[in-house]
Amino acid sequence: MASNDSIKKTLLVAVALCIVCSLIVSSAAVLLKPAQVKNKALDRKSNILAAAGMLEPGQSDAEIEQEFASKITAKIVDIESGRFTNEVKVENFDPRKAEKNPETSTDLSDAEDQANISRRGDYAIVYLVENEGELDKLILPVHGAGLWSTLYGFLALESDLNTVAGLGFYEHGETPGLGGEVDNPNWKGLWPGKKVYDDGGVAIGLAKGSVDTSKPGAEHRVDGLSGATLTSNGVTNLLQFWMGEMGYKKFLANLKSGEA
Amino acid sequence: MSMKETLTGPVFNNNPIALQILGICSALAVTSSLKVTLVMCVSVIAVTAFSNLAVSAIRRHIPNSIRIIVQMVIIASLVIVVDQVLKAYFYAISKQLSVFVGLIITNCIVMGRAEGFAMKNGPLASFIDGIGNGLGYSVVLLFVAFVRELFGSGSLFGLEILQTVNNGGWYVPNGLLLLPPSAFFLIGFFIWGLRAWKTEQVEEPEFKICSNTRAQEAL
Repeated sequence: MASNDSIKKTLLVAVALCIVCSLIVSSAAVLLKPAQVKNKALDRKSNILAAAGMLEPGQSDAEIEQEFASKITAKIVDIESGRFTNEVKVENFDPRKAEKNPETSTDLSDAEDQANISRRGDYAIVYLVENEGELDKLILPVHGAGLWSTLYGFLALESDLNTVAGLGFYEHGETPGLGGEVDNPNWKGLWPGKKVYDDGGVAIGLAKGSVDTSKPGAEHRVDGLSGATLTSNGVTNLLQFWMGEMGYKKFLANLKSGEA
Repeated sequence: MSMKETLTGPVFNNNPIALQILGICSALAVTSSLKVTLVMCVSVIAVTAFSNLAVSAIRRHIPNSIRIIVQMVIIASLVIVVDQVLKAYFYAISKQLSVFVGLIITNCIVMGRAEGFAMKNGPLASFIDGIGNGLGYSVVLLFVAFVRELFGSGSLFGLEILQTVNNGGWYVPNGLLLLPPSAFFLIGFFIWGLRAWKTEQVEEPEFKICSNTRAQEAL
């Protein structure tokens, strides 16, 4: 047994072990990669459909793929100019990576940075739901800081580009039961029909407590999440940011006038 | 020790969480819903069993000076494989488990069994010991998750049992149970219950409190 502790044996065991383990790990990673990529894409697709209210519960994976492929077109938007662009391809565009890269993102000043994200990507993938050549719904990716985490989600707009068709977050780390209630289907059900803009600008946001429907401006307000003021503020801020001048406002205006 | 004892011993008699107080971290973190907990338990059982098997198989060749590193490399590789499998076949759950699958590496139970059992016993016994300890871990986790999900979210395995106020029902969920610290209380209750049942697990007090002395006037 003492020979186990010789330098030669120690090195031999260490090297052999490393080779065997790295073979196992890398073959697992390579063999399972296709399934993982598929899952990730499917997850994204079902989130997009869910935000637009087009996801039926209990749909199979194949049905989701089919629904997505037949109804939804993805396009890249240059946020600065507010127009579609062909400079980058949808297939190999990673919004999160692009946001971190100084060459493909814009540094936000404190005043501009309502959503607390410090950098905004120059391009975004938007999803168009078309019905016989006419725009039916537009799905925009949004994100911003909540209380603990960054909330990532999709906002779907009706064809008038002012009425909300749905809002859903697919990734966040808010407190379960409080801020985590952004996932509550009842709360998400409050969003469709709300208006994003009033005459002056972005008006959408969360109210403190319940919305009083008799007051003016109620069509811009959704009930706040009780016990989660900071998450509620975060959601309001991120919507204000992404629908505002630094976000998709220009693009929406162009799209409306047919110049996008 | 017979194989049966090796397998069932750690479940109640020598429970890794309740008696050895190992692996508390993940018991706090992943127990807010039963489904996630179940996947975590299966992952830990798999990792403990196979790491024990692998460590035991090469135990006569492991140089003493790097034995902890050798164990860590084996455990880490297995955890990565488990993580990859979860990502490929249970994507939704792996998203919820997020970093905690990776943190199985630091779960003291896995390391503790590799060092404490697999280094001294044959591969088969070690494998069984790994499953047994994984089961012991699972019993505590499932108990904690059962209470936390039922009273914290009013559901079990995602199925609604107590209709919560948020969904238009009567039950006001206990928010504390959704937060990790609540698991401390539940594990405490579990240990209390277990030691009331199996009194041989009660530890000798480290010191005795003196009997009450007569109160004296301050001088």
